[in-house]
Amino acid sequence: MEKISTLTPRKEILDLRLKEIIEYRDLLFLFIKRDITVTYKQTILGPLWFFIQPLLTTLMFLLIFWKIAGISTNGVPPVLFYMGGITLWNYFSESLRLTSDTFTKHASLFGKVYFPRLITPISIVVSNLVKFLIQFMLFLGVFFYYFFTDAAINPNITLLLIPFYLFVIAILALGFGLLISALTTKYRDLTFLIQFGIQLWMYATPVIYPISGIPVKFRPFIEANPLSSLVEAFKYGFTGAGTFNSGGLLYSFLFSIILFLTGLVIFNRTERNFIDTV
Amino acid sequence: MSFAVKIENLSKQYRLGLIGTGTLSHDLNRWWHLVRGKEDPYLKIGEVNDRTLKSKNDYIWALRDINLVVESGEVLGIIGKNGAGKSTLLKILSRVTAPTTGNIIYKGRIGSLLEVGTGFHPELTGRENVYLNGAVLGMKKREIDSKFDAIVDFSGCERYIDTPVKRYSSGMTVRLGFAVAAFLEPEILVVDEVLAVGDAEFQNKAVGKIKDVSRVDGRTILFVSHNMNMINLLCQRVILLENGLVSNMGEPQEMINQYISIVTKGQEISESERNSIAGDEYCKLISVRLVEKNKSDISYIDIEKEIGVEFIFDVSQPVNGVANINLYTGDGTHILFSSEKERESFYQPGRYCAVTWIPSGFLNTGLYSISVYFTSLIPYKIHFEKREILSFEVFEDIRNRNINYVGPIPGIIRPVLEWEVIKLN
Repeated sequence: MEKISTLTPRKEILDLRLKEIIEYRDLLFLFIKRDITVTYKQTILGPLWFFIQPLLTTLMFLLIFWKIAGISTNGVPPVLFYMGGITLWNYFSESLRLTSDTFTKHASLFGKVYFPRLITPISIVVSNLVKFLIQFMLFLGVFFYYFFTDAAINPNITLLLIPFYLFVIAILALGFGLLISALTTKYRDLTFLIQFGIQLWMYATPVIYPISGIPVKFRPFIEANPLSSLVEAFKYGFTGAGTFNSGGLLYSFLFSIILFLTGLVIFNRTERNFIDTV
Repeated sequence: MSFAVKIENLSKQYRLGLIGTGTLSHDLNRWWHLVRGKEDPYLKIGEVNDRTLKSKNDYIWALRDINLVVESGEVLGIIGKNGAGKSTLLKILSRVTAPTTGNIIYKGRIGSLLEVGTGFHPELTGRENVYLNGAVLGMKKREIDSKFDAIVDFSGCERYIDTPVKRYSSGMTVRLGFAVAAFLEPEILVVDEVLAVGDAEFQNKAVGKIKDVSRVDGRTILFVSHNMNMINLLCQRVILLENGLVSNMGEPQEMINQYISIVTKGQEISESERNSIAGDEYCKLISVRLVEKNKSDISYIDIEKEIGVEFIFDVSQPVNGVANINLYTGDGTHILFSSEKERESFYQPGRYCAVTWIPSGFLNTGLYSISVYFTSLIPYKIHFEKREILSFEVFEDIRNRNINYVGPIPGIIRPVLEWEVIKLN
């Protein structure tokens, strides 16, 4: 006997149909594969761009923030300090940037065929993870160079928490991206805001400066940013310099989970009718 | 027999007007009503979606109280004018959008063939796209693996399967896309105009495949098309939609006749269309109709009648341009283009009426449709275009033939040509 299903106007807020995602897992894998193969097709340098981008950014930061502005890096070699921050930050910003226009960017596809829409943002976050891992290899190379030449580098046991940091960042980017993408279907202005917002957000995150470099009275603002303790702890794990704030990490974790669930609920509600408003 | 799809009191409402403006205030108002436990103030009952009337409301019903039972194994045709709600119905069935009220109960999987090649990525190869497209349409990787050779074979693209799709001709892309969709095996298949593409050979193949799907595999098909021959050929039952309501359902031929009488009727262009596709700041299309020699509305079109295509338009700013039409067969083959003259003329503001005459004895029997345009040539700009705004059927009284053959005469057009036959020995 075939399965009997019903299409209805309203649906339960918490009916997230996660089972459907599992049913469509092949599509998820194919999307991830597509995202990765397509990114650098027909570029001369191909996957080398994965390396060039963080290298150039590091170089630029080195020039502007280290040489010209003279911002402290906690005694850590600036190349290592900046590259660590950039690698992790890039994962977050790229995931957020690409998930935040899920509905508007894929409107023509979504307008023709049904599949769980959530597949698209999830595939973006996962394919970006692959990109992150490649850039992370580059970072590891730089790290080992300094590790063998600079005695002040003190990697420690907190490195084991890196998968946890990545998980929290992925959930945070996804949750925020889901929320924004759902809202942009109605209020298009957000698209502009988010591009700009991501740039500003980086400066509110200890990518180019250590938290210890911030005047104490401003610190709560920086610490309210759920990314701060993650980036700081990531650098601390490799260098031993900076702060490892377990309370801050717990805050980031809870913040991300709540944001993610909220995003998921709103995304699911939007999914049903967004094609009428886009 | 048991049902495959049961549609109960299905309605779908759309909001008209500019996207985004005012939504926040409406959202707040709606939310405020919900908080007080009242009904949504924008879900007023009763307004019918007739695009020719200016709606008093910002909200229209694209579908209104549709009740329908589709038996399993049935091929159901859905016909109606543009904007009658056909596509909305299919969109709801294929879960692209949700209904506003009512519900649909269905057995098994619904697969949709709304547009072939959905989700094709130009940079990926044919092979990669077959997998991607198959998965988008709901197939598992294992399913695609087992059908891969058959899909490629059906599409006739073996040689290029490892070439990026951006190097394909459009015909090849369509064939590959259709092939993937054709091997989708849902219990219920929703098909929208996909057969209007590709060459004749491929169309035959596609029609054959659809027939197989229903007759051999016993699957249910909901089929939307403007191609009445196809509807007649494939469907067992047809529903006729008008302004979002089911106006009738029954035998294909009978419904097709009703449909033709609706679409042959002259049409006023609605206010909202005049401001979008059927008009710009220079000129706006007002109405289109088919006329007899004496300028009265034409109803029954005999092959020996001259057919006048008359359209009225307003010019609000001086403009250079030409009025022109395109004539198509019922299955979309472009027969001819005709314009007022080859050069543009200068139009002063005012109301104009253009008539062009399709000579008698020129078209064959069958279905035809007309698109009307007003175009500036230098610089090239289409001021209004209304595609396939009218359709009509040409009939023939066989008693008027002066040959002793009473069967159908093939061909798209049927002008009387000069003949000369001489004996050579």
